Amino acid sequence: MRPDEISFRLPPPAAAIPARPPEPVPTMVPLTIDGRAVEMPAGSTLLDACKTLDITVPTLCYLETLTPVNACRVCVVEVEGARVLAPACSRQVESGMVVKTRSPRVDLSRKVVLELLGSSVDLSTAPGLAEMMVEYGARPERFQESLGSASSVSSVAQPVKIDNDLYVRDYGKCVLCYKCVEACGTDAQHTFAIAVAGRGFHAHISTELDVPLPDSACVYCGNCIAVCPTGALMATPEFELRQAGAWRPETQAVTDTICPYCGVGCTLTVHVQDQQIVKVTSPFDNDVTRGNLCVKGRFGFEYVNK
Amino acid sequence: MDLHITGAEATDAEREAVDRLLGAPATGWQGAARDIGRDGRTAVGGRLVSGDRDQLLPAFHAVQDAIGWISHGALNYICTRLSVPPAEAWGVVTFYHLLATEPRPAAVAHVCDDIACRLNGADQLCRDLESRLAHAVHRSPCLGQCDKGSAALITRAGSDPERFVLAPATVDQISTVLASPKLADNRRASEGGPSVGAGAGARIARRIMVADPTSLASYRQHGGYVALTKAIGLGPAAVIAEVSAAKLLGRGGAAFPTGRKWDAVARESARPHYVVCNADESEPGTFKDRVLMEQDPFAVIEAMTICGMATGSERGFIYIRGEYPESEAAIGEAMKQARAAGLLGSRVAGSNHAFDIEIRRGGGAYICGEETALFNSIEGKRGEPRSKPPFPAQHGLFGKPTAVNNVETLVNVLDILIEGGAQWARTGTAGSTGTRLFCLSGHVAKPGVYEIECGQTLRHAIDLAAGIPGGRALQAVLLGGAAGTFVGPDALEMPLSFEGARAANATLGSGVVMVFDETADLMDTLARIAQFFRDESCGQCVPCRVGTVRQAELLSRRGGSLDPPTVLLAELGQAMRDASICGLGQTAASAIESAFANVPALKGRAS
Amino acid sequence: MGGGTSSYQEIEETDCILLWGSNARETHPIFFHHLLAGLKRGAKLYAIDPRRTASAQWADVWAGLDVGTDIALSNAMAREIIASGLANREFIEQATTGVEAYRELVEPWTLARGAAETGVPAAVIREMAHTFATAKRAIICWTLGITEHHTAVHNVMSLINLALLTGHVGRWGSGLNPLRGQNNVQGGGDMGALPDRLPGFQHVENDAVRAKFDAVYGVAVPPKKGWHLSDMFNAMDRGELRALYVIGENPVQSEADQHRATRLLEGLELLVVQDIFLTETAQRADIVFPAAAGAFESDGTVTNSERRVQRVRKTLNPPGEAREDLAIICDLARQLGHDWTPDAEAMWNEVRQLSPVHAGMSYARLEQHSGLQWPCYDDQHPGELFLHSRLWERPVRGPRAPFSLVRHELPLDQLDAEFPLRLTTGRRLAEYNTGVQTGAYASPTRRGETIDLSPEDASRLGLAEGQPARITSRRGAVVAPVHIDQALRPGLTFMTFHFPDDVATNMLTNDATDPLVGTAEFKATAVRIERA
Repeated sequence: MRPDEISFRLPPPAAAIPARPPEPVPTMVPLTIDGRAVEMPAGSTLLDACKTLDITVPTLCYLETLTPVNACRVCVVEVEGARVLAPACSRQVESGMVVKTRSPRVDLSRKVVLELLGSSVDLSTAPGLAEMMVEYGARPERFQESLGSASSVSSVAQPVKIDNDLYVRDYGKCVLCYKCVEACGTDAQHTFAIAVAGRGFHAHISTELDVPLPDSACVYCGNCIAVCPTGALMATPEFELRQAGAWRPETQAVTDTICPYCGVGCTLTVHVQDQQIVKVTSPFDNDVTRGNLCVKGRFGFEYVNK
Repeated sequence: MDLHITGAEATDAEREAVDRLLGAPATGWQGAARDIGRDGRTAVGGRLVSGDRDQLLPAFHAVQDAIGWISHGALNYICTRLSVPPAEAWGVVTFYHLLATEPRPAAVAHVCDDIACRLNGADQLCRDLESRLAHAVHRSPCLGQCDKGSAALITRAGSDPERFVLAPATVDQISTVLASPKLADNRRASEGGPSVGAGAGARIARRIMVADPTSLASYRQHGGYVALTKAIGLGPAAVIAEVSAAKLLGRGGAAFPTGRKWDAVARESARPHYVVCNADESEPGTFKDRVLMEQDPFAVIEAMTICGMATGSERGFIYIRGEYPESEAAIGEAMKQARAAGLLGSRVAGSNHAFDIEIRRGGGAYICGEETALFNSIEGKRGEPRSKPPFPAQHGLFGKPTAVNNVETLVNVLDILIEGGAQWARTGTAGSTGTRLFCLSGHVAKPGVYEIECGQTLRHAIDLAAGIPGGRALQAVLLGGAAGTFVGPDALEMPLSFEGARAANATLGSGVVMVFDETADLMDTLARIAQFFRDESCGQCVPCRVGTVRQAELLSRRGGSLDPPTVLLAELGQAMRDASICGLGQTAASAIESAFANVPALKGRAS
Repeated sequence: MGGGTSSYQEIEETDCILLWGSNARETHPIFFHHLLAGLKRGAKLYAIDPRRTASAQWADVWAGLDVGTDIALSNAMAREIIASGLANREFIEQATTGVEAYRELVEPWTLARGAAETGVPAAVIREMAHTFATAKRAIICWTLGITEHHTAVHNVMSLINLALLTGHVGRWGSGLNPLRGQNNVQGGGDMGALPDRLPGFQHVENDAVRAKFDAVYGVAVPPKKGWHLSDMFNAMDRGELRALYVIGENPVQSEADQHRATRLLEGLELLVVQDIFLTETAQRADIVFPAAAGAFESDGTVTNSERRVQRVRKTLNPPGEAREDLAIICDLARQLGHDWTPDAEAMWNEVRQLSPVHAGMSYARLEQHSGLQWPCYDDQHPGELFLHSRLWERPVRGPRAPFSLVRHELPLDQLDAEFPLRLTTGRRLAEYNTGVQTGAYASPTRRGETIDLSPEDASRLGLAEGQPARITSRRGAVVAPVHIDQALRPGLTFMTFHFPDDVATNMLTNDATDPLVGTAEFKATAVRIERA
């Protein structure tokens, strides 16, 4: 056989541009939110409907690339006729639903939830939380005032876990949103290095037997860091810069490029501060990565920092 | 999946315990000795071997029973066998309080210090035991022995493990038992039957203390399996019609119409369908399902079989709380006899219906009584409740349509079929048909399970239990357990029906009637209830995980002697009720709030 | 060889995946996410690999064939498909040629013979054949386990044959996908970095094509195809190639038979190396151009394994005197008398002008769509999700797809009493090629080079975990610590090539190459192992 015969030939253009088979057309579900009528495809959530209407609903444990666990409960809304409030992030639309996204009950629940978190978790590096506290009039210090002393208010404060060179785990900042578990598990990485262990207030994110990461199944993809909403999981460069008081996101240049390693073509969002790469992420709406990277993509940039 | 198993390996004893449950591993990839001829060239993996995840909790129990705790090596072996990631398995094993992940003595006592037993000095009992036996004693939430005054679940690990309940139990008895090589030899104290009574003639309790619970023949002599025969004759649709006509409401606490539930499952096109009997009776003060399972186990099995036939299910699970070893044994023995008699299996009672049952033992978690948490527990996951909707009838066990019913609810179905639904519904009130089993405990002369026609008064129930001893005055009654409501003495004429309770802003819940006389320290009880919810919260959602902690902190501050800060407690209660995922968080404040609202001695303190 | 036929999204929606000679879990981790989504949706996965890799552990069934028996396995599957009446007759009749000869070729490959030659149990071959043939949609993915053999091209063709036999190509969720090992292997091909191609896969020996390029370039493109890498080394050996310009490649450490590669490179009259590091190759160069790091310090495009052309953007200034590749080349051109301006977009627009399949991909559109998949013929074209849909048009548009008659041949480096063990090589998750880039970050999982042995071989050789062992092939010897790996069976050993400064694995490997494309047989070396 001659090489010419086996080599690739560009096919002539097809008659029609090849397409994905059409999806069944979803039925539309009418409902009312804050007095405004909207129609949503069946299977959409109340949060989707709110987005369609440009109504802002606060979220903490929600992320569009992950299965909603509706654990944080800051997104609760009032559904007419329901006994309790519903999590907007996971409750699916139903025909004729009448929903209020702000009401005394909704606001009270959001306020108390924020107070419970604020009184038990260090939220100092959680983007947006301080603003949310102000909006709902949350005063986490109420518990300490009633109980007399800070020591009688249980919290999850604990030392930072530093057991590898790539990222740190500061579970004193963990709100137990489950996002890292989902990203490590069935929603993306399928490595299952971490899970929620223990129960109740003692529930916490853990490797098996709480072993250090290097003894666990962790492959250091850092997809958990990407989804953490509070900074409990943080790549080492950011952690160290913050410790030194030198983390300055407002000065950082943020640029998308393509990973230099394998041929999958992952988009890297590169954060550069003072001519050093200090963080790499990937856009959640990117079709190739959906926000996920591997260890090389997320951490393998040091060769250009040297 | 690419499991990363690192660290310790299992001991031979641990492997044997797991293999006894699961059988020998099929290949070197699943834990057998490596055979290169077989394992060097091919392996099945992925989905094909992860289908056994639901054996995770049974495997933990197997090791716990045999070894007394679950080591890293044992965890790794179980993970290899079942293709479960170790971190996930760790998340599961640490969820259940009966499973130990640190070495501890082979013989252990779990001693009840919950609200009913506390009225009887349980706190002191535990303190004495703790000083004498240290690590062999663990405090336990309600063990469902509230008619006995005190109780301990005794477990001894080994090749011939023992698990039984000692009730009532004293420091000396527990110490003696734990010191004996064969523990059960010393269990005299727990013998003697339950206290069972009936108001206007027993119906569902009629075989209790009458028929021999260990004999299928005796069960049949007392009307057993008449209902199943009739059900087979009627066919599924007619069975559901009868249950619907009876207007039977669920007896577990939620009071959902059973007929509607069965009908919804039967109509689902997804297959298979499942039947689940919720025997995770853990509501403090509740023990009627235990009495039914121990004293009339065939009735539970017969009713599950009828449910399976009616809803098109061939597999049933009965999830029995781990604190009920006697119930587990009674149901297990009854299943064996039923299977031998062809009443379970591929052709139930000679019909074309196949149905069989598996027992699943709980691991010590109140939350698993919540139906979706129970499904997760069976599936080998953490017992965390799921969001509803979707409801079990559409998306239940293993994601399939599931009819989940409480023990007492199911047993009612037998009489409904025998009598006909309409006839059966003549008992009770229009809104609450039939009778109910109430669990009388606390300050009554004759605590026990009493069958009472729906609509009879609270006073009547307390009278059946021979009233408050010593002529003392009534302070309060807790209805429905820790998740229920306190009512004051002014509520004695309240009808014990769903509508009667609702009118009084109360709940009957799981049938708890716990009586507190004037001597009771209700603030202690409230603090214990708050602790109960703190300890039993699964930890999934913020309002419950942190809210139950704050509630407990507020109620126990400075020994509970101060008035609670009203606004903060009220807002906390409101947020837990409105924003928690499941009934646990939603009801975690209700008993406490109702106590301050309804009990005269507390009213002034929190108005 | 063109490009993968399918989009990543399709592997999420297919019903059957043959992952052949690929440990994508470690080498293409984010592609594997898409594959996992397919498994979750219900796809069956068969992993064909001598080792039970991390990827193979996700498979419904792992087929542990002997190294270099891929064609035997493929032909046995084909025979089983034909014999069971599962071939897609309509597709074969309408869209292919040469099926009769193919049928005759595979006829002797009964399950029993396939099992005997490959080591894969007959029942497994049968199950794979039946599941693949009867699946509504099925995809074959492969990586270097298929192509780093002296039969590289034939191996690929044998997989194409399976797709043609079953009609699993040219439709959504059915296709053939080589997973590219480097971020711009595909782009290099797109741009004509092939001996016989101009940008856009246009053949250099086609006069009309050349005329088009001549007109735009203003010079006459030589009308003959050039050398591929192995040809170049052979030409060095013959003294015909005397000057070499190496851009971003470290052949001293990445070529098979490192002794020979080094000798030949050192014998050149002129070696110019353009790299971001002073690599082993650069250290031997006459001239070194310090270059900017492609992904972070320059602008341009790369093409991924689903044919998606994507924008690379400058995020950092290159250090010191390092400059972008394009700037260096433009300066060289200037020295040669051409006034070129280093402007990545302008250069790309020239490509679009000359390559019809890239014509519609303006920078603005690449930006807007997060990249576009070729072919993309004009500004309105959305790019194509999958190739060869024409084969399902009736009548078929363009030439029919030919079956290829490819025969099983064992690896050239044969096992014998002196070299009784098969060494195969591959990558680990956290490392990349010769470690030039990955060596700089502190991977917690890095454990250095090892010789991975089955527990049985380790025990037979009296070697314990971590103990140094000497690995000797017909070309050289290295010493590496032992790592015991259950994924291996007796007779099969494994090394990476990530740590060449510590253990030069390619001292061992065979530079025997596929005569058609010149890939070396990295995957099959005969070795002996003893205590060091």
